[in-house]
Amino acid sequence: MAKKIVTALVGAAVLGLGATAAQADTLSDVKAKGFVQCGVNGSNLAGFGAQDSAGNWAGLDIDICKAVAAAVFGDATKVKFTPLSAKDRFPALQSGEIDLLARNTTWSVSRDSQLGFDFRAVNYYDGQGFMVKKELGVKSALELSGASVCVQSGTTTELNLADYFRSNNMDFKPVVFEAQDEADAAYNAGRCDAYTTDASGLYSIRLKMANPDDHMVLPEIISKEPLGPAVRQNDSKWFDIVTWSHYAMVAAEEFGITTANVEEMKKSANPDIKRFLGEEADSTIGADLGLPKDWAVQIIKAVGNYGESFERNVGEGSPLKIARGLNGLWTKGGLQYAPPIR
Amino acid sequence: MALADARTGSGEPPKVSLLYNPALRSVVYQVVTLVVIIAAVWYAWNNVVQNLARANMTAGFGFLNSRAGFDLAQTLISYSSDSTYFRALQVGLLNTLVVAAAGIVTATIVGLLVGVGRLSHNWLVARLCTVYVEVFRNIPPLLVIFFWYLGVLALLPSIRTIFQHLKEDPDAVFFISNRGIYMPAPVFGEGFGVVFVALLIGIVAAIAFTIWANARQRATGQRPPVLWVNLALIVLLPLAVFIVMGQPLTLDYAVPGSFNMKGGMVIGPEFLALYLALSLYTASFIAEIVRAGIRGVSHGQSEASYALGLRPGQATRLVVLPQALRIIIPPLTSQYLNLIKNSSLAVAVGYADLVAVGGTILNQSGKSIEIISIWMLIYVSISLITSLFMNWFNAKMALVER
Repeated sequence: MAKKIVTALVGAAVLGLGATAAQADTLSDVKAKGFVQCGVNGSNLAGFGAQDSAGNWAGLDIDICKAVAAAVFGDATKVKFTPLSAKDRFPALQSGEIDLLARNTTWSVSRDSQLGFDFRAVNYYDGQGFMVKKELGVKSALELSGASVCVQSGTTTELNLADYFRSNNMDFKPVVFEAQDEADAAYNAGRCDAYTTDASGLYSIRLKMANPDDHMVLPEIISKEPLGPAVRQNDSKWFDIVTWSHYAMVAAEEFGITTANVEEMKKSANPDIKRFLGEEADSTIGADLGLPKDWAVQIIKAVGNYGESFERNVGEGSPLKIARGLNGLWTKGGLQYAPPIR
Repeated sequence: MALADARTGSGEPPKVSLLYNPALRSVVYQVVTLVVIIAAVWYAWNNVVQNLARANMTAGFGFLNSRAGFDLAQTLISYSSDSTYFRALQVGLLNTLVVAAAGIVTATIVGLLVGVGRLSHNWLVARLCTVYVEVFRNIPPLLVIFFWYLGVLALLPSIRTIFQHLKEDPDAVFFISNRGIYMPAPVFGEGFGVVFVALLIGIVAAIAFTIWANARQRATGQRPPVLWVNLALIVLLPLAVFIVMGQPLTLDYAVPGSFNMKGGMVIGPEFLALYLALSLYTASFIAEIVRAGIRGVSHGQSEASYALGLRPGQATRLVVLPQALRIIIPPLTSQYLNLIKNSSLAVAVGYADLVAVGGTILNQSGKSIEIISIWMLIYVSISLITSLFMNWFNAKMALVER
């Protein structure tokens, strides 16, 4: 008995110690250790966080991590990735194991306040959908009453699912998995009739199925899922760097700056562009953020502007072929909008 | 000096340095241990409080009363997404207890059979049992769970196949599919309570009759027909009451719904995979314990009982097994505890046990420390209660010295 209590206490002490390591000032921490520790999707979510056969990471979320590394160190390779499950991601950020969480994570008020995180930048506007086998003959999510639905535990998806069926007076049988891979396998084996997660995830998971054409994504989008990077609360310096790394990518697209033309653009006569790229003589934007003067140039060189990153990872340049839609620039009917950089 | 005292055999006890005083040393050690423990507790607690404050998070168990918001697959008590986190934890705890209890019963039976089988004189039976033990004892339990879930249960006929089959054979009532085993559910009508009471009376009467029969055997040497009378009391009595009451029991059959079977009773593949894996895995260890227990009883004991005129069955039941149990029970307790703790592997196949439900709550509410303490507290309690019961049973079975 006494032994068990001691074991429990040691466990609690270790938990506490983990938190001690989390310094209030993440930027100094990151600079001291020489790399950014980034929490990403651990189940190979193509387009957001996935490893190729050579072990190289790629995806929209990976680009945010690289952009932050490029801004801080001028070197996008100074980043290490921690693959996380939906369930492990929040404790990992709370305990200080990672500096930044970029794991297709929905920004919601309870995560922002109760969990002690900060969100602002949204690198993908998503919504929850359903995928079914075509042979079921289902054309709408409203026809799913009585279905078994595969879902990942500890996600906003799991909560939306319950609310959606409840508000439409339908019943369902949840089949809940902790890891996305297990949910994929169960859906593939016919354990569930439908699979639900963010629509972008559904497209990515559909590609993993033995025969993607046998599956279809239903038209209903049942929730708002703004996905974005999260950091620990009360660390506004680090929060600013992560936020503005994303806005720099969006601003670059607004200005028409790409990886290819960034050096040329430095010579632009447009004062907005010169200021943005750190070419204005007395500009202190970089220094005020705690970054080198050419931070934006480094980001664009490393990952390109937001449009380039989007097309490469999830758009036409990728197997997912997702349209820009909500993720287009505000000038083109989308929601991506960078506050002024001045 | 000391020698002189010892020789005269009188005077004060020998003076030793305080450093070597056994009483003092023992007190000092205990005080040091206590101080270390208190310091560790204080450090851990202080650390938790400080770090929570730094992360702008609050500690406490008030969150258990908020709405859960998620649905669960297997619920033995009423539960919906409107229930509280606390209710969800209760559902999870019940699911853990169900799978652990079912697993312990099955593991014990299978383990006993295999353990005895390994000692069999039948070459084939003994070898098969050896293979069973060596295979299951040497595979991690998680793999055994995956084997059942993905390797066996997932390959069963799909629900569509069953719908098809029902069109050809509308009278079928029992289905095995990759969504679980469907069977008719009993619906207890009015008056079934009387049948249940009759069954209880039958069991109590059977126990009383056995005690009386044993006393009579000791007094007169004659053995009344215990088996037949008990069978009549336990089976025939409730059956007669059941018929008299007008058979107050109907069956609710599973019928095809839009996506799944509706009605009836279903045992999900998640439960089955976990239950089969835990039972068969633990059974291999129990088999070895049983074999060791039987081997541990001296051969002279069975020879002596044969010499007294007992038949082999009687010798095993009355002489060998009671002695073997004394050896078996303590390690058996550890195996039960292992099985209970291994049930937390449920999370791998999505069975809604305490850890799976707690994990979801942890993630939705962010209360890691609270949830982890609840987990630890509950598992420690379940384990201690099991231990207490097994210790009581062990004491009852222990050698009574006269």
